Amino acid sequence: MKKNRLIHFTLLFTSLLFIFSGCTSFTPAPHPETTPPPTIGESLPEINLTSPTEESIRNYLELTDITTTTFSSTQIDCDILLVEIFSMYCPLCQREAPAVNELFKLMQDDQKLFRQIKLIGIGVGNSAFEVGIFKNKYKVKFQLFADPNFAIHNDMGQVRTPFFIAIANRGKKKNQILLTKLGGFSSPDKFLHSLAELIEPPVKGEK
Amino acid sequence: MRQNITTIMLTLLLSLLLTSSGICTVSEIFSESIYNPGILSPIDSQLKVKVGDIAPDFTLPAVSGKTIHLKDYRGKKIVVLSFVPAAWTPVCSDQWPGYNIVENLFKANDAILLGISVDNIPTLFSWTGQMGHLWFEVLSDFWPHGKVAQSFGILRSTGVSERTLVIIDKKGVIRYINVNDINQRPPLETLIKELQKISGSK
Repeated sequence: MKKNRLIHFTLLFTSLLFIFSGCTSFTPAPHPETTPPPTIGESLPEINLTSPTEESIRNYLELTDITTTTFSSTQIDCDILLVEIFSMYCPLCQREAPAVNELFKLMQDDQKLFRQIKLIGIGVGNSAFEVGIFKNKYKVKFQLFADPNFAIHNDMGQVRTPFFIAIANRGKKKNQILLTKLGGFSSPDKFLHSLAELIEPPVKGEK
Repeated sequence: MRQNITTIMLTLLLSLLLTSSGICTVSEIFSESIYNPGILSPIDSQLKVKVGDIAPDFTLPAVSGKTIHLKDYRGKKIVVLSFVPAAWTPVCSDQWPGYNIVENLFKANDAILLGISVDNIPTLFSWTGQMGHLWFEVLSDFWPHGKVAQSFGILRSTGVSERTLVIIDKKGVIRYINVNDINQRPPLETLIKELQKISGSK
């Protein structure tokens, strides 16, 4: 019995030592993308976000009825939700910010697409403070959400940034990934056109 | 015995969960060029300085071609030293580009930033070139290898520095030290709050 206890203690101690040593010599060097990135046709895990307080943003996302502190991206009323996965610390996201702003402007200026395609950004590994810095620096007009603990980033397969995902938020393909784009897009106009082509024709009786 | 095995399995599982969650993002600008060293021991050195000490002076070459003497800022600027472990690694590659868009926050606190790594100048030149034009000086503590990091007590046993932030006031006194977990990026708001406290801007 005593011998058993001794073995028990020794093994537990060794295991704990393994934890607190940081496992430097045991951990293999994983590639940054340890899980596969989202692919077209897959269903995206639900994205839970903090409810925006700004009225213009709530109106744009058509979340005026939301009274909870968080909401699901599926509640955003649109055919296609375009999500930009970015980081304030990412040089390419910084460089591409004007092009993304231009894309948003084109979406806003189009009478039809304005309601059909909506854009949000998620700052992965960024605090609200860091997201705010990015928003102010690049005068971003669409809503940026913070993902300080990488929870959404992990669900997205730890993709490199920027990464764009177009999700069907309505229709037969609801919740399906329709398009993904790693890195910048050369022309906001062409990119918007490729998004518009993904909109499903309305089914009779549907909104 | 079965209880022993269960305990060990649970403990090992917990250890794997704790150590396999790499915390970083990688910009596509670096594409496949980033080497991921895996999860490292959070801290692997013993500080030789403390808040209230006069900062050890140094002279280091910068990527810009200048030679930077710490003492030249005495009486003129608050100095923030940002030591990063190594070029072309995940967390480091996503740290300075963030500082690059907050020059205004440093200026508002009459502070300058010096980025320091133990990499040599050609490596730092190639690496930081991917980040766009940096407004701050990037210094090479390559030779004698890690001498400055060593003087602060933040040179790890593997020859790279800790991920460390040091704020030095205009009198040359260390006012803030954060030897961060090497696997994580230090929060920017903490640095800015400390700067504001030291500069008296808030």
